Amino acid sequence: MVGVPRPCGRPIGGVLLNQLARRLLASLPAYRVIALAFTVLAVAGAVAILVQAELLARALADGVLSRSGAEALAGTLALLAGVFAVRAGLSWAQQALAQRAAASIKASLRRRLLRRTQELGPGWLTGQHSGALTTTLGRGLDALEPYFTGYFPQLFVAAVVPLAVLVRLAVADLASAVIVLVTLPLIPIFGILVGLSTKRATERQWRSLERLGGHFLDLVAGLPTLRAFGRARAQAVAVRRTADEHRVATMGTLRIAFLSALVLELVATLSVALVAVPVGLRTLDGGMDLETALLVLLLAPEAYLPLRALGSQFHASTEGLAVASRAFAVLDEPDAHGAADSGRPERAVVARAHEAGAPCVVRFEGVSVRYPRRDEPALDDLSLTVAPGERVALVGPSGAGKSTLLNVLLGLVVADAGRVTLTKADGAELDLDTVDVQELRRQLAWVPQRPHLFARTVAENIRLGRPDAGDDDVVRAARLAHADEFVTDLPRGYDTPLGERGAGLSAGQRQRIALARAFLRDAPLLLLDEPTAGLDAGSEAAVVDATSRLMAGRTVLVVAHRPAMVADADRVVRLEHGRIVGGSDRTALGVG
Amino acid sequence: MANRSARTRYGPIRRMLGMLRAHLGRLVLAVSASVVTELAALALMGTAAWLLARAAQQPPLAALSLAIVGVRAFATARGVFRYGERLAGHDAALRALATLRGRVYDALVPLAPSGLPAYRSADLLSRMVSDVEAVQDLVVRVLVPVSTAVVVAGVAVGFTALVLPPAAVVLAIGLALAGVVVPLLMVSAARRTARRLAPARAELAERHTDLLHGSADLAAFGATEQALTDAERAGERLARLERGTALTTALGGAGSMLVQGATTVAVTVLALDAGSLAGVMVPVLALVALISFEPVLPLVPAVQRLLESRASMRRVLAVLDARPPVAEPASPLPAPGRDVTVELRSVSVRYPEASRDAVDGVDLRLTPGRRVAVVGTSGSGKSTLLACLMRFIEPSAGTVLLNGHDVRDYDGDDVRAVITGVTQDAHLFHTTIRENLRLARPDASDDDLLGALELARLRDWVSSLPAGLDTEVGEGGGQVSGGQRQRLALARALLADPPVVLLDEPTEGLDPQTADELVADLLATTRGRSTVLVTHRLFGLDGVDEVVVLHAGRVVQRGTHADLVAVAGPYQDLWWASHPAPASK
Ligand SMILES: Nc1ncnc2c1ncn2[C@@H]1O[C@H](COP(=O)(O)OP(=O)(O)OP(=O)(O)O)[C@@H](O)[C@H]1O
Ligand SMILES: Nc1ncnc2c1ncn2[C@@H]1O[C@H](COP(=O)(O)OP(=O)(O)OP(=O)(O)O)[C@@H](O)[C@H]1O
Ligand SMILES: [Mg+2]
Ligand SMILES: [Mg+2]
Repeated sequence: MVGVPRPCGRPIGGVLLNQLARRLLASLPAYRVIALAFTVLAVAGAVAILVQAELLARALADGVLSRSGAEALAGTLALLAGVFAVRAGLSWAQQALAQRAAASIKASLRRRLLRRTQELGPGWLTGQHSGALTTTLGRGLDALEPYFTGYFPQLFVAAVVPLAVLVRLAVADLASAVIVLVTLPLIPIFGILVGLSTKRATERQWRSLERLGGHFLDLVAGLPTLRAFGRARAQAVAVRRTADEHRVATMGTLRIAFLSALVLELVATLSVALVAVPVGLRTLDGGMDLETALLVLLLAPEAYLPLRALGSQFHASTEGLAVASRAFAVLDEPDAHGAADSGRPERAVVARAHEAGAPCVVRFEGVSVRYPRRDEPALDDLSLTVAPGERVALVGPSGAGKSTLLNVLLGLVVADAGRVTLTKADGAELDLDTVDVQELRRQLAWVPQRPHLFARTVAENIRLGRPDAGDDDVVRAARLAHADEFVTDLPRGYDTPLGERGAGLSAGQRQRIALARAFLRDAPLLLLDEPTAGLDAGSEAAVVDATSRLMAGRTVLVVAHRPAMVADADRVVRLEHGRIVGGSDRTALGVG
Repeated sequence: MANRSARTRYGPIRRMLGMLRAHLGRLVLAVSASVVTELAALALMGTAAWLLARAAQQPPLAALSLAIVGVRAFATARGVFRYGERLAGHDAALRALATLRGRVYDALVPLAPSGLPAYRSADLLSRMVSDVEAVQDLVVRVLVPVSTAVVVAGVAVGFTALVLPPAAVVLAIGLALAGVVVPLLMVSAARRTARRLAPARAELAERHTDLLHGSADLAAFGATEQALTDAERAGERLARLERGTALTTALGGAGSMLVQGATTVAVTVLALDAGSLAGVMVPVLALVALISFEPVLPLVPAVQRLLESRASMRRVLAVLDARPPVAEPASPLPAPGRDVTVELRSVSVRYPEASRDAVDGVDLRLTPGRRVAVVGTSGSGKSTLLACLMRFIEPSAGTVLLNGHDVRDYDGDDVRAVITGVTQDAHLFHTTIRENLRLARPDASDDDLLGALELARLRDWVSSLPAGLDTEVGEGGGQVSGGQRQRLALARALLADPPVVLLDEPTEGLDPQTADELVADLLATTRGRSTVLVTHRLFGLDGVDEVVVLHAGRVVQRGTHADLVAVAGPYQDLWWASHPAPASK
């Protein structure tokens, strides 16, 4: 899905402010205030430009013709210095303001995008290259900066300054004004044409960088595997190829940008030459005084400059726009419930009605799950009722749908058909479809089949589900998980920072940290997906013992392959091809 | 690691320049074109001003014709040369950038696996994606603008000196203020923040990958909000730094503009008061002064970029200079053939900072065809032992011999060509089943692939998939079940078919029946190959030649399954623990 941004609407107002830009600007909290401020700054800037040219022309003309000396022009010169100071101040104010706008829009997009990835959930994320997403979220959104610090404020300048200059020119010398007036529109017209052709190229450029990021992160994670099979060096070729693709794509967009800059520059400079030469000739035959001639010479470039700058700012910001369209594509991604980028208020209402801690009946009724691009359903019209306090062991061959079943209950996978309900002791029935997932998850502790350990300390990893738990509780949970022993052996005990994905621990040790995490959570409903995977028989026995003590009075769904874990269950349910095929007593497992 | 390259302050920049040497031609082209562009701009305004001023004195037309031609020529030259400059400069920069990206990857390869955890992958990603761009910025935003500014400023001052020496002094001072003093002031103001920017970006990327990789765990444990808040906070920290540098840059820019104005006014005053000066030269001097600042103004952001580039480059160099945990020999022995004898002689491994050895004085001899099982409690050093055999870790004591030679004398890749297999955290890449398998043998045919899948008991499943071998497995293999993931890794190792097969818990996550059948199959098909099987399941171990029991890194028992089960000891304990005797229940 990466790299296939959905079409984001055709430009309405040309490239200057297309639909995408509008949507982008709509994310700016104080858009009106900022726009107003930029307008004021642009107007002030235009006035300063006019005054500066006026004063400079007067002083210089005097210098050429009357030579009355600096003394006589003291007032003009002092004023000139003042105008320079004002222009410096305006440029500072514009940049400061633009920077603020850029920072706030980046932060807000980043926040929304990140939140959206979490709403779309692990099911969606497994289909994405996380390196590509990280690249978009970081370096990508940073590319919006030139848009807001360059292009956006320049829009206001470009709208105001050329007009002001043109009016002043018309007053000074109509002929020059006409030349400028005729040539000036060439710039935006050409700019729009170029802008349209840039869009595709920039998107390609951005996609290649995203691919580089996605590819790279996957490779880094898999480097040990690549090395094990002697393929690491071979992949270097692929990395270089992707990096080179990005170079070529970037050069492609730059070539367009530079060519357009060349044309704009030529139009502008030749127009200035077009203005300057006749003005010079007219000065020669006395048709124009020198002060006016100098004023025209100083002003004419100022009419073109803002539009030319707008052109180059546009090119600098196209990458940001490509990222924005990618970001909006993620925000618009429909989630499993079919809603895009919206909180579900109706769920919050239900949540309040649902108080924590009550043991419930968990009922699956005709639940089916079919993953995209798979023929066979992972769960097929499955019905299962788990009584409060009951301990159910799920067994069955690999791929039978055991983990999927737990994931449905966790709200990580949404069923295509059927209902999952929780019935409380007082008979109130909650449908998983309407209950607030957060609230539901508060009732659950989960040991996933492949737990994710964060690059934090051991204690922080254990505290994941109860950040406020005291040290004693953490140690107690670790003891239950048979982890305390090796943790205290670590260089800094519970404060030892782990590497990414728990690097620095053995596989079984990581598993035990995940167990401790679930034990600390202390929830009424336990979902254990092969909790003793990777443990030796001795550790397993200890963990099973601890778990069965913990399971007392709680509802438990445990996926188990090992007999020790199954032995403690009240009921064994056997899954095959997404259906329950039997079970009910332990012998169905063939455990001796 | 970081200290080594950080020792000299300008080291990183010098090394970046070294990387650009290959593109020297383009760089020279870019700089000269840029200089010509700015000089043309200067000449354009100067000539135009002269033209007007001279015209006002109403000379014969012929006196002006040269200037008229000049105005047109300079106008065209400016546009054309700017185009050339940008093309050449960016081309050189982007080439250097792509090369550098390749080198970053190359440098990471020998770090895996034991040297990699020193970095977070998100941090590496941001080095690979963002920090390397320092080399591009160095060219486009620093090298070209600075050299242009120096030349153009020199020409402007020289020209002014010929016409009116005092004005040249003023102009020189002004240019030095705007081009040197203001940027230097900024350096002292922004140095600290610039250094913190790149790490702040990396930290933000880490928070992002936490959320992307750990989303299921975070969600299930109600920790998503907290993680989002953490990420937001990291974002705010970065934004604060960025705001700080942006405001300094804006302030520096405004300061330079102020200097530009003051200098222009001062030059004008001097020109107006210089009685000896021809009148026509007054506007020329004033405009030359004004325009000569144009290439100097960008020096403020250039210096800012230079600071940031240096910090970024240092991060890139830290990766390029990182010392691999396992050194490769300067002149390796020829690769071993398929008859391989491996021997561990009292090998010990100690991880950095650990208080005890993870593997402690282990002896092991694997003659061709010999099969050994390694069992033991979790954390007893089984996987570490395999890592040692694969030459992923350097033993802290003892030697590993390969066909009688110290394994350190072989190229690591040659060692792994004969000793490899399934590691415990085998990675599935975000691509198709086919590509994941072919990693082990790029020339494997579909039949080979299906054969390996058959052995791993996955063939039926793969055939049932609509896309078959072309099914995508998702990020980290997230779109297949745990047991399927495990067996895909196994199939891949079987496809590699090395003379010495290492299998680290190949049946973990499978139901007991499948697991037992699989182990039996494995032992049958790898007959004739040396095999090291690490397992927690003791079924089927009567088929191996030797069982080694590890505890806390030491070999506590070894012998055949039959011998070991018969005597009281750790192995018997493990056996009974996994076979609860009816009486004990
Ligand atoms: N995200 C996904 N996208 C597509 N297919 C999936 C996805 N997750 C699981 N599957 C498929 O759904 C089926 C059931 O998977 P599930 O993980 O529930 O199996 P399981 O019973 O837990 O197996 P195991 O014991 O191997 O963990 C498998 O065939 C698997 O390939
Ligand atoms: N990268 C590492 N850095 C520091 N210590 C490590 C690292 N990897 C493993 N260890 C430690 O070394 C010891 C041996 O680990 P190893 O992974 O070899 O155990 P194992 O026998 O394979 O265990 P398991 O059965 O759980 O996989 C453990 O105590 C572990 O904490
Ligand atoms: Mg599973
Ligand atoms: Mg291990």
